[in-house]
Amino acid sequence: MHSLSFDISHSLAGGLVLISFMMLYQDRLYSLLNVFALHALTLALSVAWQAYIQNAPHLYVTAAIALVFKAIIIPVALHRIIKQLGIHRDIETAVGIGPTMLAGMGLVALSLALMLRVTAEADALAREDLAFALSVVLLGLLVMVTRRNAVSQVVGFMALENGLVLAATGAKGMPLVVEISVAFSILIAFIVIGIFLFRIRERFDSVDVGALDDSRGERR
Amino acid sequence: MAAVAVQLWCVAALLGTAVVAVALSRSRQLATTLIYGATMLACAVAMIGAGRWLLDHPGGASELTLPIGLPWLGAHFRLDALAAFFLVVVNLGGAAASLYGVGYGRHEHAPHRVLPFFPAFLAGMNLVVLADDAFSYLLCWEFMSLASWALVMAHHRESGNTRAGYVYLVMASFGTLALLLAFGFLAGPAGDYGFAAIRAAAHSPSAATLVLILMLLGAGSKAGLVPLHVWLPLAHPAAPSHVSALMSGVMTKVAIYGFIRVVFDLLGPPDWSSSGIVLVLGGATAVMGILYALMEKDLKRLLAYSTIENVGIIFVSLGLALAFQANGQALPASLAFTAALFHVLNHSFFKTLLFFGAGAVLTATGERDMDKLGGLIHRMPVTSVVFLVGCVAISALPPFNGFVSEWLIFQAVLQSPSLPQWGLKIMVPAIGALLALAAALAAACFVKAYGISFLSRPRSAAAETAHEVDGFSLAAMAILAALCLLAGVLPGVVIDALSPIAVEILGHRLAPQSGLAWLSIVPIAESKGSYNGLLVLVFIAVSASLLFGAIYAYASHAVRRVPAWGCGFTDPAPAAQYSAAGFAQPIRRVFGTLLFHASDHVTMPAPGDIAPARLRIELHDLVWERVYAPLVGAVGYTANRLDRLQLLTIRGYLSLVFATLVTLLLVLAIWS
Repeated sequence: MHSLSFDISHSLAGGLVLISFMMLYQDRLYSLLNVFALHALTLALSVAWQAYIQNAPHLYVTAAIALVFKAIIIPVALHRIIKQLGIHRDIETAVGIGPTMLAGMGLVALSLALMLRVTAEADALAREDLAFALSVVLLGLLVMVTRRNAVSQVVGFMALENGLVLAATGAKGMPLVVEISVAFSILIAFIVIGIFLFRIRERFDSVDVGALDDSRGERR
Repeated sequence: MAAVAVQLWCVAALLGTAVVAVALSRSRQLATTLIYGATMLACAVAMIGAGRWLLDHPGGASELTLPIGLPWLGAHFRLDALAAFFLVVVNLGGAAASLYGVGYGRHEHAPHRVLPFFPAFLAGMNLVVLADDAFSYLLCWEFMSLASWALVMAHHRESGNTRAGYVYLVMASFGTLALLLAFGFLAGPAGDYGFAAIRAAAHSPSAATLVLILMLLGAGSKAGLVPLHVWLPLAHPAAPSHVSALMSGVMTKVAIYGFIRVVFDLLGPPDWSSSGIVLVLGGATAVMGILYALMEKDLKRLLAYSTIENVGIIFVSLGLALAFQANGQALPASLAFTAALFHVLNHSFFKTLLFFGAGAVLTATGERDMDKLGGLIHRMPVTSVVFLVGCVAISALPPFNGFVSEWLIFQAVLQSPSLPQWGLKIMVPAIGALLALAAALAAACFVKAYGISFLSRPRSAAAETAHEVDGFSLAAMAILAALCLLAGVLPGVVIDALSPIAVEILGHRLAPQSGLAWLSIVPIAESKGSYNGLLVLVFIAVSASLLFGAIYAYASHAVRRVPAWGCGFTDPAPAAQYSAAGFAQPIRRVFGTLLFHASDHVTMPAPGDIAPARLRIELHDLVWERVYAPLVGAVGYTANRLDRLQLLTIRGYLSLVFATLVTLLLVLAIWS
């Protein structure tokens, strides 16, 4: 039974990394949002599974938060924003897909090599979990860095937060306060950034962050 | 009430006075008298408390923890013999400066810029000396620096003062950084920053050397060690004169206290090689400081440079104490250590006195430039006498106090053949020669300061119409002059009062001096040398009055009228007298070409032209030009290059964060 529970949580965490890779090569905003919803769903499943095997009912709340906010509300809201802004046809990766994927592989290799060595004394589940969580965080950052559009930077930021939640739930005995604060911080970030998108749109007729640079009077 | 609590109440009173001063700054006269009076009272109570404690409780310590500061630490304060001595120095200077300020402060045109910070500055210095953990120490140190910076900036509209304040702020931050690093090394991995824990811990020799160097940088930059002195001659004269006196006479001593506390008390037994660094730096500081002073014609800047010289002398003495202590030679070590403390006390007396005198001259004439003074001995007779006492004392002439401490330091230098290391055996006499050179140059420097400013004929209308200053200022200067004489005539009393500190820090003391016949002092042994200030005083008094009487009795009283003695004095114009630069010219010729790249440029008018010939002297401050100017250039260049980072895109910033994170992870992956 131990090995089965280990395998399932392992495969869920691995799936999260895989979906992060999927985010790297989406060049349309709608499909990026769909993949992010899948990302959040996987996270919710993973957290729920952790709640089951750790016998920690409060983690179900975290899973529900992840499911409701990140897998449903936020993607739907961002869909509407994109429609309102009329940018659903934009193709907006700043760096080519091939180099991005290669960089992503390098990051996963780095985080595995680092975490497995650093946490030599921890139990196997936590080790794998932390290694995957670090990969998800780094891939989220990579998404933010390789995109031009503010919406996809928001998505990258939330993917990064998903990695943090994964790390927090993988270790036993993390109190609920932490997860709620993390979830709320994401919600607040979403609201703030959403408002900013409209502001930017009103000012510059675009959510391309390049417009901000133009307004500061500089060209690259 | 515990002794340390009394001190802290005095500090609280000072801080309260500062707050009252903010509220009172509208009514000028009342506020000046009230604030300086309250400050003087608080300082006097603190001084008497600390002094009595030093005499009554040798070897004891009074501790107190206040629940302020970091919540799990609190602020620790401790009064022991060393702290008590420096509290006496600080509060004596503070009380004298307050008394002086009652009169001097009336001429202040912006009292609201001075009154609140003056008591706060004194409170900061008291707290630094009382602090007993690294956190409180650094906090109080910064408080002291900031309060004194505010005082330097009091007259910020005068030219050069803003720059002085800026340089001071930069150097003070640098010094605190060095102190921060030093305490970081001292605390070690356990992370306990209480001085008791640091004292108990063992420190590896390499860490101890590193801490000593960092303390030389941190405390040395505040005390004015060459080449960290550049801010001092700018900032000390920029403040109002009684504050200049405190900064020069007292704040440099607080820095020396920090050095002694860490290097002698907290660091444990020293290594002999580290004493070499202190000796060389001290010797270089002494000679360079007094040479700078000789080149100067601004009276207050001259005094500031002379402070650098005296700090160098004190550091040489401390270096000697370290060298002897490292070799287990208890008696010479305590001799050098006591001499250093004695000189600390003396310098606080006469440098405060001299700055008060410069302030009195400034009040009377509005001039700091010596080439515009002259003849003040007729117009300010009392000030001239006390200023002369200060000059004689700082030139280390008997029977005043400066001679005793420097004599003790030379006695310690003469013990150097007993050191086992050949490096020290050779170096210490060389440093002693540097000290002797510095002492001789100091005498020349103060002959110049006194002669040009007070003797000769007035060189400007302001000097001609000068008048004596008020009674409070004169009283403050007279008290300090009397102390200079007393400490010079009764050195045995002072040495015995200092002995508990030597016992506490080094574990050994000089033999008791007060029981010896005729108030002599015998630091090592009768055969090695002894000094009797009282006999010297009596001899000088008797021989001088005999000579005076003989001349008065036997010389001719007939009035003779003859042509004026024309030896170099044929021109009646005051401008034809010796100038400050002219007096220093021989010394500038000897040392200046090498150390200041000095050169004279003469502009002769063409034949038939009636324009005057001009002599221009060019001096270079090599420390500034070779060390600081390139540093400033490098910082500016780097800042210009890094300026581009201010203008990145959002993605650019994110990439920067990302790259940093990945690099750090890579470092961790490769290293661990």
